[in-house]
Amino acid sequence: MKLYIRATGNISPQKTFGHPAFLADPVEHWGNRLNCVEPDYKAFIDVKQIRRMSRVIKMGVAAAMECLQEAGVESPDAIVTGTAYGCLEDTGVFLTRMVEQQEELLAPTAFIQSTHNTVGAQIALMLHCTGYNNVFVHRSFSFESGLLDAMLLLKEQEVNNVLVGGLDETTDTSHDILNRFGLYKREPVSNFDLFTWISKGTIAGEGAAFFLLANQSSPDDYAVLDALTTFYKPLGINDTEGQILSFLSAQSILPADIDLVISGRNGDAKGDKVYDSLGKTIFNNICSVNYKNLCGEYPTSVSFALWLAANIIKSGAVPGVLGYTGNKERGIKKILIYNHSQNVHHSLLLISAC
Amino acid sequence: MDKLIQDLKVQIIAQLNLQEVKPEDIGDDQPLFVEGLGLDSIDALELIVLLQQQYKIKLSNAEDGPKVFRSVKTIAEYITDHQAQNSQQ
Amino acid sequence: MNVPVFIAGVGAVSAIGNNAAECLAALEKEEAGIGTMVYLDSVHSKTLPVAEVRLNNETLAERLGLPAVISRTGMLGMMAAKEAVENAGINDLAALRTGLISANTVGGMDRTERFFADFHADHKKGKLRDVIHHECGYITELIADYLGIRNYVSTISTACSSSANAIFYGARLIRNNIVDVAVAGGTDALTKFTLNGFNTLMILDREFCKPFDENRKGLNLGEGAGYVVLVSERVAANLKNSPSCKLSGYCNANDAYHQTASSPDGKGSFLAMRGALDRSGLELTDIDYINLHGTGTQNNDIAEGTAISRLFGPVYPKMSSTKSFTGHTLGASGGLEAVFSVLAIRERMIFPNLRLQTPMKELPFVPETRLIKNFHVGNVLSNSFGFGGNCSSLIFSKI
Repeated sequence: MKLYIRATGNISPQKTFGHPAFLADPVEHWGNRLNCVEPDYKAFIDVKQIRRMSRVIKMGVAAAMECLQEAGVESPDAIVTGTAYGCLEDTGVFLTRMVEQQEELLAPTAFIQSTHNTVGAQIALMLHCTGYNNVFVHRSFSFESGLLDAMLLLKEQEVNNVLVGGLDETTDTSHDILNRFGLYKREPVSNFDLFTWISKGTIAGEGAAFFLLANQSSPDDYAVLDALTTFYKPLGINDTEGQILSFLSAQSILPADIDLVISGRNGDAKGDKVYDSLGKTIFNNICSVNYKNLCGEYPTSVSFALWLAANIIKSGAVPGVLGYTGNKERGIKKILIYNHSQNVHHSLLLISAC
Repeated sequence: MDKLIQDLKVQIIAQLNLQEVKPEDIGDDQPLFVEGLGLDSIDALELIVLLQQQYKIKLSNAEDGPKVFRSVKTIAEYITDHQAQNSQQ
Repeated sequence: MNVPVFIAGVGAVSAIGNNAAECLAALEKEEAGIGTMVYLDSVHSKTLPVAEVRLNNETLAERLGLPAVISRTGMLGMMAAKEAVENAGINDLAALRTGLISANTVGGMDRTERFFADFHADHKKGKLRDVIHHECGYITELIADYLGIRNYVSTISTACSSSANAIFYGARLIRNNIVDVAVAGGTDALTKFTLNGFNTLMILDREFCKPFDENRKGLNLGEGAGYVVLVSERVAANLKNSPSCKLSGYCNANDAYHQTASSPDGKGSFLAMRGALDRSGLELTDIDYINLHGTGTQNNDIAEGTAISRLFGPVYPKMSSTKSFTGHTLGASGGLEAVFSVLAIRERMIFPNLRLQTPMKELPFVPETRLIKNFHVGNVLSNSFGFGGNCSSLIFSKI
């Protein structure tokens, strides 16, 4: 059974919402934090509901609505979301008030909105969707876990389509805290130069990307989602290579069958050594492009990579901003997305042309 | 009472983040819940907090909410009654 | 897809016991674990009864052989998950593809809120070791690393239905041949964040909760962890002790009515129970016991009760809310109550619904108010209904 990516919706630090020309007008960001290019949400969400929603909830709901609109689906059979951080703004607001007011006279809205399942629940509420609704919250596996759940539902033939998405936000507070962990660049940097200077740290990002996955083809499908795997804390580079080769072999393909690798390289000198190493071995002689200069580093960034892969396959072209150096005549029919987060969470997704 | 009603309208709009609503859009006797402004149970809880923070009045029984919060006027009356009681004590 | 999934082991920690056997003893003695707040430092400690695990963080850490700066949520999870794995007695766990699917609602918030108090005053303050545990997934990894589980690790968070969803996701991973063994369930420690959050919703009872009582006033928050070890048929065949039950039904549905309130007719609850029954292939009359979600709030109990009337009426199985013992353990509740469901089958008991004095007027049934022993419990339906309309039901069946 093939699984089709029928539609997408993406709010990101690039102009990706509203289906404009595919990355034709890349956005440059300075500093170590990328914020999303956001639409006017009032066009998608009723004023009465929007008043309670913090930014990440609006991002998720709008991206999901755009996806469903493109698919021509009023209400999906199932909704699965992945988010590592949940609703940080609301969490921060409630914590702040709790501290400032010493647990007295607290108001409910921020608490209610802070729960990780808020976006998935809000979408279900707006669409009156009573189907399966699940939320994965596992760090840099959050989106991948949700995607696996969606794929299993379709394979089990429980449903015909699943709305599945990944989202995470960056707030002033969260960025302050994560910065203290030394995760980000200290020197000023343009996202366009992320891979030019080798130094410690990456740049923070955020985004909300939704997909409608279906088990039947339709004329406007983007691509086929062939397979997905994740592996946790590999025991060294040999283990990582072994996992990748096993994954490909389970799909009966060799590295040479892959037209393009979309890699999660993020500009951090230490973490990027894994990609350097693989570039000399398994991915040697395969064209590779990076995506985190466009969206930044965040736990559900693979959702952006999937959006990218789906659009590359559908359009048949690789946008200039990715610096693709491969043979333009070859045609891109099979893409492998490979990402790791701090060498702890590794993800592989295989996408093909329909 | 008129000033209280006017103040309440401004405070309600702020507390509930009613972005597109101006004080003059809310009628004194207009139903706030279900119909009219269409507020819900979460808004009722927010209004309970508003009463406490702004007017130091505690509505300890959430079930009294529908009666007290029926309209801006009924809220104003409730506040006036309770403030009168407080000053008598 | 009718591949059977068996329950090989259980593990639990709650206000009524530090392991499954202690919890069972308390259930049998009808002794609840709700009382005055002891361990959590909150301004509400004298006014809001809670159900705390009777171990402070230092003792928990000592028992686990860890430093006491680990999140309490993580430690409760490690204790219960370890017990479940040991209880399963799987000979060569390392040789099997093993997954951990754990649930929680606020991750390591018990430590984050300590960090935040200092950070708020000065962004350079606050110990980073307190906030490193914040993410829900980090808590799961503490447990995975503690147990040496690497093949598949993930975390689910759907409010009060979280660990029920984790359990049947684990079962589906086995059915889809992704893992052979799934340790699944959830954990949540009491935090000021959740205590104050629920307080703003005005659904906390200032007395001990009375689920399904006409005069119920709300819930009591609890804490704890509950895990089951799910195994494939092949693994089950090689176990030292044959499993006593299997997961025969499950369903996840959404109420789609309101962010925090359930629909008056309990639509989501109805769909979840109906779906679980359909999957199990059982008749309504095959269900011997319902472990109710039964939080004790006005809203949940009438919605759940109405859904049960619509589904089962006019013949009702025995039922009770064990939250009358353990309080509402949020992300752990589905897992903890799954353990109690398995115990009900194994021990042939129906646990009571404590402090129910006046049955609800609207409902044509009354939960059991006393323990019943020597009762054949063949099939148990366990309900977990949460905020966001997330409703899940599981069915456990005797083999």
